[in-house]
Amino acid sequence: MMTNYGNRLTQGQFSYLPDLTDDQIKAQLRWAISHGWAVSVEYTDDPHPRNTYWDMFGLPMFDLKDPAGMMMEIDECRKTFPNHYVRVMAFSSERGVESPTMSFIVNRPANEPGFKLTRIEGPGRTQSYSITAYAIDSPEGERY
Amino acid sequence: MEDFAEDEKVDLDTIYRDANVEEILERLDRELIGLVPVKTRIREVAALLVVDRLRKSLDLATSTPSMHMSFTGNPGTGKTTVALRMAEILHRLEYVRSGHLVSVTRDDLVGQYIGHTAPKTKEVLKKAMGGVLFIDEAYYLYKPENERDYGAEAIEILLQAMENQRDDLVVILAGYKDRMDQFFSSNPGMNSRIAHHIDFPDYGDEELLAIAKLMLASMNYRFSEEAAETFRRYIELRRLQPYFANARSIRNALDRARLRQANRIFDRRGEGLTRKDLITIEAEDLLASRIFSVRSE
Repeated sequence: MMTNYGNRLTQGQFSYLPDLTDDQIKAQLRWAISHGWAVSVEYTDDPHPRNTYWDMFGLPMFDLKDPAGMMMEIDECRKTFPNHYVRVMAFSSERGVESPTMSFIVNRPANEPGFKLTRIEGPGRTQSYSITAYAIDSPEGERY
Repeated sequence: MEDFAEDEKVDLDTIYRDANVEEILERLDRELIGLVPVKTRIREVAALLVVDRLRKSLDLATSTPSMHMSFTGNPGTGKTTVALRMAEILHRLEYVRSGHLVSVTRDDLVGQYIGHTAPKTKEVLKKAMGGVLFIDEAYYLYKPENERDYGAEAIEILLQAMENQRDDLVVILAGYKDRMDQFFSSNPGMNSRIAHHIDFPDYGDEELLAIAKLMLASMNYRFSEEAAETFRRYIELRRLQPYFANARSIRNALDRARLRQANRIFDRRGEGLTRKDLITIEAEDLLASRIFSVRSE
């Protein structure tokens, strides 16, 4: 099933790999810090690929100099939303870039049912497609 | 452990050299006058960390030693200066990862209403991770006269972090001796979690003079011979005055002397000025001080 490879959401970096361990996450964070990128934590329970704006968990950590502090924030978010998708982003404010440079998932729901592919018949036998997460039928906060 | 012969030679010198500890300790000796007990303790800490690294390289069991410290001493004895150095030393010895110093006081830790303190303290802790958290005037955290004070909550969170995140964070508390003793006696948990209680002694007259010369040199000034003698007398007299704050009083006195020197040079406009005039503090710049007039009364 193409939309749900290995029954896992594949968005951002490392998503085809096994989940990163905390030490691996810290190593990634060190990389972000060494470039001066602002790291932030975001969560959502609507994993549609077009849903680019996830909810921010606290402010971006502009002033932290060490991954241990960021790890505390990530753990806090995992504890608050154990059944949501949580991702870590790094934003580069460098002129000409000014956009996220890293984004990877650090927490996912235990069960990820994936996406439903809907085929929509248009005029003149044109076919358009749409995908919807199966989980999205229930209201926000009760999806996973 | 059986892999190693007991009498195998180990190379302490290499690790010592690699960490550049010697250089930083020498700089400490050069730039900080006096403070013998403090320097001795820093040397001991450095030795412990070097030996620990060596042991680790031989796969001997090492538990991370606790490096939380408390600096007590009178005003102006160099507690903050040493704390800054400490961050650098611990970084060189790879005890902390980034070696930055986050300096906070009660204001930054304790909130104003219920539920405000914990996030505030955690925010500060997060910022200090990988470095040194320096809490100045730590005794203000605990106010026994007000049982609804949120300081206790901040202390509790601090204690937890000091215990559980020893690898990520070094906490240094600083304050005046008597009030810190009081603080520790009412927070025994804090006392037992701090491995190094370092007391900063007051400076002697000669040490203060040396400090003054060092301060002037860093600002590209110097005493004339006569002025040095005058300043020695100034220190003796200033010590008898109230609010004597060791090196801080010296800094203030020097700042005022620079003011007077500038004034004197300004009044002599028209006469030829040399580079020497600009960098020399004369005795008259010091003699104008209030301290000397107090004595003549």
